[in-house]
Amino acid sequence: MMDEGRKIRVLVAKPGLDGHDRGAKVVARALRDAGMEVIYTGLRQTPEQIVAAAIQEDVDVVAMSILSGAHNYLFPRVTQLLRERGADDVLVVGGGIIPDEDIPGLQECGIAAVFTPGTSTGDTVKFIRENIKR
Amino acid sequence: MDWQEIVSRALSREVRAVSRLISIVEDRRAGFEDVYAAIYPRTGRAHVIGITGPPGSGKSTLVDKIAAEYRSRGKTVGIVAVDPTSPFTGGALLGDRLRMQRHSLDNGVFIRSMGTRGHLGGLSRATSGVVDVLDAAGYDYVVIETVGVGQSEVEIASLADTVALVQVPGLGDDIQVIKAGVMEIGDVFVVNKKDRPGVERVVAEIRMSLDLAGKYSGHHGPATAMAAATATATATAAIAANAWHPPILQTMAESGEGVAEVCEACDAHMRCLVTDNALVERRFRRARSETMKIASDLIWRGLADDARTLGAAEGLAWKVARREIDPYAAGRDLRELVVS
Repeated sequence: MMDEGRKIRVLVAKPGLDGHDRGAKVVARALRDAGMEVIYTGLRQTPEQIVAAAIQEDVDVVAMSILSGAHNYLFPRVTQLLRERGADDVLVVGGGIIPDEDIPGLQECGIAAVFTPGTSTGDTVKFIRENIKR
Repeated sequence: MDWQEIVSRALSREVRAVSRLISIVEDRRAGFEDVYAAIYPRTGRAHVIGITGPPGSGKSTLVDKIAAEYRSRGKTVGIVAVDPTSPFTGGALLGDRLRMQRHSLDNGVFIRSMGTRGHLGGLSRATSGVVDVLDAAGYDYVVIETVGVGQSEVEIASLADTVALVQVPGLGDDIQVIKAGVMEIGDVFVVNKKDRPGVERVVAEIRMSLDLAGKYSGHHGPATAMAAATATATATAAIAANAWHPPILQTMAESGEGVAEVCEACDAHMRCLVTDNALVERRFRRARSETMKIASDLIWRGLADDARTLGAAEGLAWKVARREIDPYAAGRDLRELVVS
């Protein structure tokens, strides 16, 4: 039935001010069903709160969703804070309404993957399993 | 960081090290027993408070407000929030932190979410160890939020110094509170969502239940007289010896109303445990239950890892299935084999 020992732990967070968390909840549920431990922190989180939670929860992955258009500020701010706190071994992925032309810039800032609408949750699960850093 | 360094940093409450130490203990990673041995002498200083109650009764919100209240008194708080793990996929959605996120930037509060990982009883197998890590790290209070409990998840009673049982109006009739199980473990009763209809009835029912157990001293009506008349000599002696009488408090966790009183009641309970010398007894019980659990885990693992006993178990199981011997006889035979 269950594996003992190590489990993949994922923080699912909604940075910024938009109030639409359906996508984040669908992803959270899919990761749960894939056998991961998902810590859901809810809406309107600042990058500082997300990073503090990621460190206390000792997660392997931070998954964020943004629909407000503020991704070019908020996503890189999270990776920067993780680096400053010595937690750059955490895999960071993002999702939401992200224009294609913004993706390369986000990846340069340390967002390992950006999942835009239409991505199957199976792909997200697979990416996380194959790319966790520890 | 090697483990010695993680331990020394965790003991000075460095967040990242505390967090890593919890993972080592929770996952039983290689070397976790050495880590445990190193931190254990530093434990026993925190006041461990368990918050338990049915799903949706407001436990997370209450824990959030309790943490805020203790922080306003200059105390530090470690929180362990347990949610259920799926028995089918092993995954879990840990959502208690959602209601506590405002503390995430406060260095005096540490919040850790845990899945039950197949363990029944309202906690996970590793919860006790995680509590020990937070205790050793120097948090003044360690607050454990159990999974939403039904009727029999009472494991928190053997882990916490003080158990606060949260109830809400509208869950059932008065037979619920005289059933055995969770109703018996409360040191402090919290009736949350006190703005809802039916709150007086819940309070009255808990009061009656405590009366019958000879634990309630809030009034001296007929029920108390009856309880006193029927109480055993031990119970009467306990009342005479200034035993703890669980208070019933009404709260509205959402607004914070009544939460200060809950904190005061938990503190008063701890003072009572100390004066009555009952804390030593409680902690002895916890140590005994933990030691027995670990020993039985080790014995079980030894059993499951040993080909000879596994072979014997299989042979005995066939005999039981064919009705040649009964399962108790088979169990005794297997035990002989293991201890010999």
